[in-house]
Amino acid sequence: MYRYDEFDHAFVSARVEQFKDQVERRLSGELTEEQFRPLRLMNGVYLQLHAYMLRVAVPYGTLSSRQMHKLAHIARRYDRGYGHFTTRQNIQYNWPALKDIPAVLDELASVEMHALQTSGNCIRNVTADHFAGAAADEVGDPRPYAEILRQWSSMHPEFSYLPRKFKIAVTGADRDRAAIQVHDIGLHLKKNEAGELGFAVYVGGGQGRTPMVAKKIRDFLPVEDLLTYTTAIVRVYNLSGRRDNKYKARIKILVHETGTEEITRQIEAEWQAIKETDLKLPQEDVDAIDTYFAPPNLVQRPEGWSGLAAARKADHAFSAWVDQNVTPHKNPDYGVVTISLKPIGGIPGDATDAQMDLVADIAEKFSYDEIRVSHEQNLVLPHVAIADLRIVYDLLLTDGLATANAGLITDIISCPGLDYCALATARSIPVAQRISERFGNPERQADIGELKLKISGCINACGHHHVGHIGILGVEKKGEELYQISLGGSGDEICTIGDITGRGFSSEEIVDAIETIVDRYLEIRTDKEETFLATYRRVGAAPFKDALYSEVANAA
Amino acid sequence: MSVKVLTANRLTDGEVVWLGANGEWLEHIDGALIARHAEAVDALEEAGKSAIKSNLVIDVNVIDVEERGTDLYPVRLRERIRQLGPTIRLDLGKQAEKPKAA
Repeated sequence: MYRYDEFDHAFVSARVEQFKDQVERRLSGELTEEQFRPLRLMNGVYLQLHAYMLRVAVPYGTLSSRQMHKLAHIARRYDRGYGHFTTRQNIQYNWPALKDIPAVLDELASVEMHALQTSGNCIRNVTADHFAGAAADEVGDPRPYAEILRQWSSMHPEFSYLPRKFKIAVTGADRDRAAIQVHDIGLHLKKNEAGELGFAVYVGGGQGRTPMVAKKIRDFLPVEDLLTYTTAIVRVYNLSGRRDNKYKARIKILVHETGTEEITRQIEAEWQAIKETDLKLPQEDVDAIDTYFAPPNLVQRPEGWSGLAAARKADHAFSAWVDQNVTPHKNPDYGVVTISLKPIGGIPGDATDAQMDLVADIAEKFSYDEIRVSHEQNLVLPHVAIADLRIVYDLLLTDGLATANAGLITDIISCPGLDYCALATARSIPVAQRISERFGNPERQADIGELKLKISGCINACGHHHVGHIGILGVEKKGEELYQISLGGSGDEICTIGDITGRGFSSEEIVDAIETIVDRYLEIRTDKEETFLATYRRVGAAPFKDALYSEVANAA
Repeated sequence: MSVKVLTANRLTDGEVVWLGANGEWLEHIDGALIARHAEAVDALEEAGKSAIKSNLVIDVNVIDVEERGTDLYPVRLRERIRQLGPTIRLDLGKQAEKPKAA
């Protein structure tokens, strides 16, 4: 894992001291809210419906056990005993008192964490594939490059007041688990024919009120050009991105309005001017960062497979969990374990302090001290020996963390929605809970197979509904919550924005509507191997619309 | 018929509060100062401005409520959730200490 150097320590400590002073001045009345608001936002402090909210950055979703224990401690001491893991691989605390936040930031700094750039019109926390450094299909670990981007973008003087927020995601495998094509910049780490590492570069993706799939503007950018090229992109955006209208200020709008060809020309021209400057990455610098992310020295554990077969035979629930939540590791003696934060009927992404402590303890003993946060609001143990799966499962089971539903219909992404969020127009969590309960039967959801259902409680789309195989958007209409359904979205390497089915559904109707869609899928799929998304891509929206709206018409 | 009250979040901890008839910021909506006509609403808005200046509260808003018997019932769901707490965690927020209102 990356460890702070002296510069990082000094920089984060200085920011904590600065914010401590700002909070004191605010509480004493020396600063008005108008003056203080941008300052608190720069430090991840929002105001929600019931209280302040602190959003803590988890760079590229990687945590050590020590850091996770600290997150648990903060939840216990300064909050209400839980935290919420988000679609940005961050954690949010929903109840901190303003006067306590400097102390929380001090605690975070002690484990090399902070809340900087988790808000505001700057380059936000860089996200990455949550299986980075472990997945069998990985070409290269994206995290060293995410870390280089973090260092470059932290307090970047030129890019601290962009037209709007700016999100970068990096993946290191052909299978895109980081949804890079719905980010402002998406980077796909790959090898060229000569075996050299570089990036396919995507720009102008995003969700929100104007969802767009990013455009690929370079098929292969050598690693050494990562910062010069990224600088060129952000510079063009900073100069030309719209500042007259908040809703048209993201780079996706600039790319769309300028045209891919022209924006690429501008970026390339800018790049040519800075290509050979100090930002060109010397190989030794890349190597230095790389060493922090060197894979752990995994002990050979070939005995695991025989024991696993017997354990699976003896316990159907364990076997189902292995099938669903354990994915292939680079080392065949190991597996990557997804810890579902989606218990049936539970709140997606929430974890109690005790659960965080448990995960930290398990990671320390059984996953080489490493934990990941996924943008799908789950946690990941990246390096678990097959031989240890049973004991890890049993430990997870003790606190409700062994739900075998990764990638299934109950593994729902949901934003906090109107239960917490000041921007929300409808609740999303209760809808997620009811859908989870409706489809909670293990056999039923296994039969339905892979189905990514994502819910947002407003047009800002924090719940990624545009790229849900089934997406739900909650809005307020005539004082009531109304839920709009979209189908066929996907945030992976074949990225698509979902199609809206038609009129929305009331809170009472929405779960039945989802069941209608799923039932129709089960009727028309060619066989069990054809996923919901594949079926949708084969048949289009019509059969689902028929099912949804003809029933309503018949009933009327 | 809907009337209006003034609501905000307390500066120090973000707690949801309403301006009381006694001029204090109250942690529960009961006892909130009710504006029944335009002049009274103007007075609420003025009170809001001065509250912001005095640095006691932030995010001050005049909201619609209905008088239901002796209870005040916020018209918008958003405000009902602020009044009670998250609908998915009845152990949190004001509802945890005061389970009566629904």
